[in-house]
Amino acid sequence: MTPPRPPGASVGGGAPSPDASAPTPARTRETPPAPPPALEFHDLTVAYHTKPVLWDFDLAIPDGKLVAVVGPNGAGKSTLLKAALDLVPLVSGFARVFGRPYSEVRHRVAYVPQRESVDWDFPASVLDVVLMGRYGRVGWFRRPGRADRAAATDALREVGMLELADRQISRLSGGQQQRTFLARALAQDASLYLMDEPFAGVDAVTERSIIALLRRLRDGGKSVICVHHDLQTAPDYFDWAVLVNMRLVGAGPMAETFTHEKLQQTYGGRLGILEAAATRLLKNTEGAARPR
Amino acid sequence: MIAALFDPVLRDVVLGSCLLGLVSGALGSFALLRKQSLLGDALAHAALPGVCLAFLAGRSMGLDPKHPLLLLLGALLTAWIGTLGVLAITRGTRLKQDAAIGIVLSVFFGLGIAMLTFLRDVGGASQAGLDKFLFGQAAALVPRDLVVMGALGAAVLGLLVLLFKEFALLSFDAQFGASLGLPIRRLEVLLTSLMVVAVVVGLQTVGVVLMAAMIVTPAAAARQWTDRLGRMVALAGVLGAVSGVSGAVISALARNLPTGPVIVLCATAVLGVSLLFSPRRGLAWAAVRRLRNRRRVRLENLLKDLWRLGEMDGRFERARAISDVTAVRGAARADILRASRDGLVALEGTGLRLTTAGASRAGRVVRNHRLWELYLARRLELPQDHLHRDAEDMEHALEDDVLEQIDEALGRPSRDPHGRPIPRGSPL
Repeated sequence: MTPPRPPGASVGGGAPSPDASAPTPARTRETPPAPPPALEFHDLTVAYHTKPVLWDFDLAIPDGKLVAVVGPNGAGKSTLLKAALDLVPLVSGFARVFGRPYSEVRHRVAYVPQRESVDWDFPASVLDVVLMGRYGRVGWFRRPGRADRAAATDALREVGMLELADRQISRLSGGQQQRTFLARALAQDASLYLMDEPFAGVDAVTERSIIALLRRLRDGGKSVICVHHDLQTAPDYFDWAVLVNMRLVGAGPMAETFTHEKLQQTYGGRLGILEAAATRLLKNTEGAARPR
Repeated sequence: MIAALFDPVLRDVVLGSCLLGLVSGALGSFALLRKQSLLGDALAHAALPGVCLAFLAGRSMGLDPKHPLLLLLGALLTAWIGTLGVLAITRGTRLKQDAAIGIVLSVFFGLGIAMLTFLRDVGGASQAGLDKFLFGQAAALVPRDLVVMGALGAAVLGLLVLLFKEFALLSFDAQFGASLGLPIRRLEVLLTSLMVVAVVVGLQTVGVVLMAAMIVTPAAAARQWTDRLGRMVALAGVLGAVSGVSGAVISALARNLPTGPVIVLCATAVLGVSLLFSPRRGLAWAAVRRLRNRRRVRLENLLKDLWRLGEMDGRFERARAISDVTAVRGAARADILRASRDGLVALEGTGLRLTTAGASRAGRVVRNHRLWELYLARRLELPQDHLHRDAEDMEHALEDDVLEQIDEALGRPSRDPHGRPIPRGSPL
């Protein structure tokens, strides 16, 4: 069953809808103080040099969802995550995580960068990398302690990599590298997980185990937001979609957002070849929308 | 080497070069992993004008212009400015780091040489021994140099140990570090500053021209031996120290040999040994593996040829004339002898016969070859004349379990695409 409509899923550029800005939206009838959205952007614009990457973003992603950020190459999907994490300078606007500035809730957020963003020939073992997820808690000048090792070990067990803990990271397959990064995020023990293409370049078996893991996180009350490239699998894997092409094209529950029309808008003329795929997707989406 | 510690001059030389190697090796590991080895080169060259400036300033202010602290402070200053120059060029223009490094290196070095020449003409520079900053002269090290170098080196290594975890994260995944709230920019500046100090510590021993080698070489050598960052940093320090000491001692004993080049040659020798003989990454082992593999291919081809001769008349147990076998592809005498030593063939006078073991090995190779041909023909629909060459390589490489899967997928066929039988089991 789909949960009650999340507050403030405002869509499109321009001024935020009243829902997004009002602290307690009129529509919510349940417990008075509505939980703050896991992630929200107000009026966000990001540019590299003078080229805008994200333009006038207003968006609120409710807590406890498994969310896909979808859009063509160079649409600003990764930048969206980085804007949430304070990793890129903002031209205007601001981001909030659980209603607070990121610097105040850092310990509740875990980040999985793109696998290709690091040099895997770095001299480190799998466990070394996973332990990096604990560095935010360890503090300056100190080494990770027993509790940190235990957390890292648990995280490795969770992704099925425990027996590879001592392996040098250059001798991992793509899927194993990805799972190492996921374990590092799990070791952070966060409430919100931001992942940049967690399925890129992994084999089918790993992909299934990763999606199972993400669902476990969601079912445990965590929020997971992933940049996702595969339009085919998006409706099956995720509850919510954010369609990005420099501007916000649409955001909301999968069935309402992942429509032919909106995908056309997102991918522009480039969807031509994807036409057939999109029609097929529509069918999938309809199927997914029905209560199971 | 022990005796060297009792000779005061040699003792200073050994201590100085040891310090140099330790500090530059440890810091160099981070430079290497962050792909900034050349930055070390630029800032070493950028230190030269600073040395000259400090000398001039000291003389005009009535200080001792030869005091190492003064000279090294000058070196630190311009090396720092050079580093900032590289950063400013890469951030502010469209030029990439290699261009920025090239510009800073040559401009500062040119400036340094010009000042050095000027000071030589005005007088005092050669007496002050500023020339030693070019190629290094460990024999000229005096105790007060060592005190300054030691203090700087200890400070650098101390900070490196304290902030090891942060520097490791910065080098591996800076963005992730930033997401944890580490002040990545400031850590980056600090690590680069430590590298500036490390370079300056080594200047009197190795000289600005070759200092970069001491940043890169021990670190690259250490990387060959270990897959853990902590061990790599420590080992790079040790290898740097060993190269420094041996180079300095050689040049001090031989006289007239500038220290810098000899130290660098020693470090390069260490790197050469590491590249060739380190356990997993060593090139020598790779060459040995290749050689063994080639030998195995030749052996299997010999067995296969014997098999094919047997196939012609169905008498696999018969001995064939060696000349018939070698005629097929010129099998070498050594290969035949090796095969007979391994019990795969039996020599009978001038004849050669497959043993039971040899026949089963040969049968396996032939089966690999023919199954692979069939697989290519059926699954990839390659034409008949494209099959053999590929199968010729694959027959030696296919793993048993892969082959089993291919066999099953093809429905355990009995004939290859050319109609020849696919052997199963030994005919002997």
